[in-house]
Amino acid sequence: MTVETHDLAAETIAFALASKLPDPEIPVLTLGDLGVIRWVKVSSENNVTVGIAPTYSGCPATEFIESSVIEELKNNGFGDVQAERVLSPTWTTDWISDEGRLKLHDYGIVPPDKAAESKRALFHRGLDIACPRCGSQQTSKVSEFGSTPCKSSYKCTACLEPFEYFKCL
Amino acid sequence: MTTRNQSSCDESEMELFSYLLRLGDNALILGQQLGASVGKGPELEEEMALANFALDYIGQARLFFGLAAEIEGKGRNEDDLAFLRDGIDFTNVLLVEQPNGDFAQTIARQFFFESFYLLQLRALRHSENSKLAEIAAKAGKEIQYHLRHTQQWLVRLGDGTVESHRRMQAGVDRLWQYTGELFEIDDLDRWAIDAGIGADLAEIRQTWLAEIKSAFVEATLEMPAGEWMAGGGKQGRHSEHLGYLLADLQFLQRAYPGAAW
Repeated sequence: MTVETHDLAAETIAFALASKLPDPEIPVLTLGDLGVIRWVKVSSENNVTVGIAPTYSGCPATEFIESSVIEELKNNGFGDVQAERVLSPTWTTDWISDEGRLKLHDYGIVPPDKAAESKRALFHRGLDIACPRCGSQQTSKVSEFGSTPCKSSYKCTACLEPFEYFKCL
Repeated sequence: MTTRNQSSCDESEMELFSYLLRLGDNALILGQQLGASVGKGPELEEEMALANFALDYIGQARLFFGLAAEIEGKGRNEDDLAFLRDGIDFTNVLLVEQPNGDFAQTIARQFFFESFYLLQLRALRHSENSKLAEIAAKAGKEIQYHLRHTQQWLVRLGDGTVESHRRMQAGVDRLWQYTGELFEIDDLDRWAIDAGIGADLAEIRQTWLAEIKSAFVEATLEMPAGEWMAGGGKQGRHSEHLGYLLADLQFLQRAYPGAAW
């Protein structure tokens, strides 16, 4: 039986390189913040496979993320780089890091609640969403859908600014 | 298309391939229909909703087709399955190919299908095929979000004005005849149930009926009474709408084989 050898130091470097790339749709978030880089395998021949979790089934950013990771690693001296889609465990908004949540808020997008498995959070029942700009709780939902598959649209009735909420899914 | 000795593909793999195709076909065809409603929505927010629905369905179709192509192992990929099969090879249920009609009819179609599909996906989360179970878990979250939106519209239109009620009732009455096929169990479904791979449609039907009835009460709609049900989609016999839809969907790859971005 042959045991596949891995280069652990190279894996750490490759993981860090992939993790610091920006998300194509919300560039304040890194792929690490988003929680989509699951693992990296580097063979003794310097060939890399990166496990990437897609966010939403139809999200067009998935392919862009894969190609940006492949390009970044190739530019940093790795040989053959492949991306593998990882469906399990399923990506949910709970995979977004605490730091990522702060960045989202500062960017003007209300971060998702951290309980994607709960139905209450999914549909946002009885939860007040504070305006990310003025902090007012006087907000109303404009649409459950928004400019990308991950967001819904809100407006603040105090400062009148429209803003987006990252769906808890 | 590569031709390879059929016997190299074992029989249960062929069954699994066909079962995955049905799931992928439902998602692809419904996604395409929803895409056609973009630019014709009753208001901007609904445009976004329908386009988001379409995107989720196309994404799910890709996952089902990708797995189907891998299992078939004949060198076909998800695009070949979507663009290079003829109408008779599509095995989606008739419901998903029905036209958008007015907004109430779109909502009726989405409500009937998604209330069924969500239950189907929940059952498939326990499939013996772990890759199918993973796709079902992912898709289930998305469809749960759709269904809530669709059901709100069913109630808003049904329990709305005289005109919106009339249209919502007309929409559900018109599409009712396509709901029987959702629960029809043929040889392939029987195989999938026995193998622990597929969803038990008889079990799902009871829950579905109860959910439909309670939603209709809330929406002040009458349960459609018709008993005759259309069928055949799962076996490749389709209504006239599928051909037009495929002509749009497949034109580019048919006219310019292999065209890429």
